[in-house]
Amino acid sequence: MEKIETEGTDKRFIQANKEALWATALALCYFAWWYLSAYIPGEVPVEEYTYIFGFPTWFFLSCMVGFVLFSILAALMVATVFKDISLADSDKGAGKP
Amino acid sequence: MINYEIVIPLFFYLLLVYLMAIYANKILSKSGNFLEEYFIGSRDMGGFILAMTLVATYTSASSFVGGPGVAYKMGLGWVLLAMIQVPAAWLSLGILGKKYAIIARRVRAVTINDILLARYRNKWVVILGSLSLVLFFIAAMVAQFVGGARLFEGITGLSYNTGLIIFAATVIVYTTIGGFRAVALTDAVQGVVMMIGTTALLAGVVVAGGGIPAIMAKLAAIDPALITPAGPDHFLSKPFILSFWVLVCFGIIGIPHTAVRCFGYKDSRAMHRAIVIGTFILGFLMLGMHLCGAMGRAIIPELAVGDMIMPALTLKVLPPFFAGIFLAGPLAAIMSTIDSQLILASATIVKDIYLNYIRPETDTQRPAPGGENLLHRLSFYTTTIIGLIVFAAAFNPPDLIVWLNLFAFGGLQAAFLWPLVLGLYWKRANAAGAIAAMVTGVASYMILAVFVKRVAGMHVIVPTLVITLGVFILVSLLTPKPDSSVITLFWGDGQVRDHGQWQR
Repeated sequence: MEKIETEGTDKRFIQANKEALWATALALCYFAWWYLSAYIPGEVPVEEYTYIFGFPTWFFLSCMVGFVLFSILAALMVATVFKDISLADSDKGAGKP
Repeated sequence: MINYEIVIPLFFYLLLVYLMAIYANKILSKSGNFLEEYFIGSRDMGGFILAMTLVATYTSASSFVGGPGVAYKMGLGWVLLAMIQVPAAWLSLGILGKKYAIIARRVRAVTINDILLARYRNKWVVILGSLSLVLFFIAAMVAQFVGGARLFEGITGLSYNTGLIIFAATVIVYTTIGGFRAVALTDAVQGVVMMIGTTALLAGVVVAGGGIPAIMAKLAAIDPALITPAGPDHFLSKPFILSFWVLVCFGIIGIPHTAVRCFGYKDSRAMHRAIVIGTFILGFLMLGMHLCGAMGRAIIPELAVGDMIMPALTLKVLPPFFAGIFLAGPLAAIMSTIDSQLILASATIVKDIYLNYIRPETDTQRPAPGGENLLHRLSFYTTTIIGLIVFAAAFNPPDLIVWLNLFAFGGLQAAFLWPLVLGLYWKRANAAGAIAAMVTGVASYMILAVFVKRVAGMHVIVPTLVITLGVFILVSLLTPKPDSSVITLFWGDGQVRDHGQWQR
């Protein structure tokens, strides 16, 4: 496939692409957590269920721990990976925030 | 029988909503650019408002009435399904991201069709986009109105039709006079109300049921499958539940009223805050509301219509005056979804259709004397008329609204997801590919949804999006690559812009 050349790539787009990849990766991690913690303890017969704070273990891990854990991870991702950039028309403009 | 203790707090809540619309209308009348203010709030949202308005558009009647209604029948497995939506805020804001916000500013986009027009420079992309948007939004809004009116009926004791009239009038009026700013502001208030409502109701349910272990034991006694991930009769089979990852999580990026918010924020700090706040609030609401529905089965075991579980629970576990305040929560969820769809449908008709193709000579920047007034009136009328059409259709309601709503939801994703995402990240994507994808997407989704229902156990959105992606890539590769000015606009520094030449 022929390559499409771009002159003067906007530097901000490189950062934006990086952020998009991280967001996707974190979502895949959440999927892994959600799936494994729900179906490994959840697919045994109900009589063998264990409970945490009254909830079945699978439910507590996937729905409650998963939610809290990934809210924190999302905040960490934003704090470390995401950069504060100008959203103005061009990155070469004089009007920086 | 009318329950005044509940009606009075609700009445004050609706009054507050009207006041916010009047405030937004004041700002609107002072604004220099009517279109940008009315349809996107002058791109002025801060982090908290952005988070709240995003969450409010995700959480609709399907999560507050239909969703808990299904959780009532399916048990904890349906809560697991609802929790798939947790990444939605960081995914949609992160993937569309700052690139999208920057380009929206370059082309002064007000709707998502503006972005598509700038990327593909083809009027058929816009016309197809506008048609599917208006069509599916009307279907979705009808479902939401039905949900809202049924809720009103269940809690106040007023008839379904009276509920519908009060409810619909409120939404239509505040959206029409206040525009996007009123929508975002009310969304924020409604988000707070939802949080309080969910917390109170959850606490009430746990207390009424005698603690969580007792509730779980009772659910297991009704049917042990209620506390398993698979649910009764293995209804929530793995292929089915996994396909919801596409429908309510990844695919949500392509939902126009979500996507439009992803360029409506003030600066990158607002977006960062919105990811943090939005993820937490969304997860909390999803968990809380669906858990109420699922655990409600232990408290009120004999409901015929699952949709009635939220009003029934609220009346049962909360004192009447508080019930009135807290029922505003789910009502708020519904209103906040309709309002955002209403304003975007109106923006599509006025901006994408009327200004692009019917009266392209209307100058929106420096209006001729009287020209701006015409645009004002047209925008107000359009919003009102769409609202009234939906209102009329809602008089004859279907039973489980979650399915109706999901139908529209999937159709929108089929039309917009790939044109939007590939447009931003694949240089080779072109107009022919986008048009082919939109047509096959909507057509195959409708056909599959009506005639096939589930493909290999999966929700039909999965095969639809796979087919659509294939068609998009194939057609794009077989047709010429996009113009170099498009590449500069979407990948380069945007300096060689050429407004006007291709706009229409």
